[in-house]
Amino acid sequence: MITKRIIPCLDVKDGRVVKGVNFLGLSDVSSPVSLADFYSKNGADELVFYDITASSDGRKLFTDILRQVASTIFIPLTVGGGINTIDDFDRVLKCGADKVSVNSGAIKNPKLVSEAAKKYGDQCVVLSADIKRVDGKYTVFAKGGRENTGMEAIEWIKRCTENGAGEIVVNSIDTDGVKNGFDIPMLKAVCDAVSVPVIASGGAGCSQDFTDLFKAVQGVDAGLAASIFHFGEVSIPELKKKLLKDGINVRIRKDYSYDFHK
Amino acid sequence: MIAIVDYGVGNIFSLSSSFKSIGADAALTGDKKEIEKADKIILPGVGAFADAADKLKRSGLFSFLQEQCAGGKPMLGICLGMQLLFEKSYEYGESEGLGLIKGSVKPISEYIEPGLKIPHIGWNSLQFPSEKNELFKYINEGDFVYFVHSYHGADCDDSLIASTQYGGTLTAAVADKNVYGTQFHPEKSGETGLSILKAFCEL
Repeated sequence: MITKRIIPCLDVKDGRVVKGVNFLGLSDVSSPVSLADFYSKNGADELVFYDITASSDGRKLFTDILRQVASTIFIPLTVGGGINTIDDFDRVLKCGADKVSVNSGAIKNPKLVSEAAKKYGDQCVVLSADIKRVDGKYTVFAKGGRENTGMEAIEWIKRCTENGAGEIVVNSIDTDGVKNGFDIPMLKAVCDAVSVPVIASGGAGCSQDFTDLFKAVQGVDAGLAASIFHFGEVSIPELKKKLLKDGINVRIRKDYSYDFHK
Repeated sequence: MIAIVDYGVGNIFSLSSSFKSIGADAALTGDKKEIEKADKIILPGVGAFADAADKLKRSGLFSFLQEQCAGGKPMLGICLGMQLLFEKSYEYGESEGLGLIKGSVKPISEYIEPGLKIPHIGWNSLQFPSEKNELFKYINEGDFVYFVHSYHGADCDDSLIASTQYGGTLTAAVADKNVYGTQFHPEKSGETGLSILKAFCEL
């Protein structure tokens, strides 16, 4: 049976991996290429690579870094940040991305999702939504969580899947950086509304948070986190051992008869 | 040399990088002379069946690839490239495939329990029939590979070399003599996938 995916997220600014608490207060962590290689060899099922400043100041992704990452790792790679046009899709796909994540770009141009899905297939288009409760309502935020769009989040996500978004990343701004667990109620609401894969993001503080996520929201396909992996607070092989013990199906690496490093 | 067939379909970057990482000499080409010179052929593909088959026909590669395989040259189709090996597909109507593998391409919805998400996206484990194909000589039953698909090869029991479970049994890989196909993406399946590509290079 298909496994639940564990996805480290590499937020990249100026060619370095960073992770802010509640999207603010950035601290330099490491090189995207060496981190991606490390994760690929240590049980990550997929990587997400965001240029976190791109939507606010229009900065383009550093495509040479992306190319280096994509030629180093052989697991699925999703790229986001500053994706506003079909040309942006083209640019990152040519550099080795498998899926492209759109956020502010889809809010600015509602046709972006459908045009991209038509050209590259639904499986290639990931909608990333930054969601925060405003007066008790799930609300979509743009520009890295800085701008309230006033749009109701579940309706927005449904509309994007109808237009061809093949996967949804749900970033809860309310739980991001708090390290007190994923946003279970928000994820339940999204999973009840759509039939495409849903990736949970924001709030993981320890291994138990992943068990709680997959037990509480069966429709969730993957758990995404950054700092707890980057700082070594949670190791992915250990996390996967725990998930298996807790009855959650995950991919475990086996020994291979062929040694690639010979 | 391995020729990765370039016919304007699919994400070739990772495939090229994969071969580079296992030390194989692979070149992306749509040129018949280059493909003819190659020892082996990779047929990639992402997207819709009819569109890809059309592109192969328009570039003159459709019958050329059939001839190359008839001559005994090993060819590996990946994802949509595997589906194109079949006789026909029922994706958006009926379209003709290369006919190198007996069987047809049908929606997975007819083979799995209702309520499961489609496409089948993610890492799933491989099961082998009683005899393990040499494509899998470096890997074990139960190893995980990465899938993204809504259709799969059907009515191909004789050429089935690996299957996977997703609320039903789905075709994961097929082979008939020198023609091979994987529904999953070896170039996205970590070391397991690289081991499969390595085994193909050594055929």
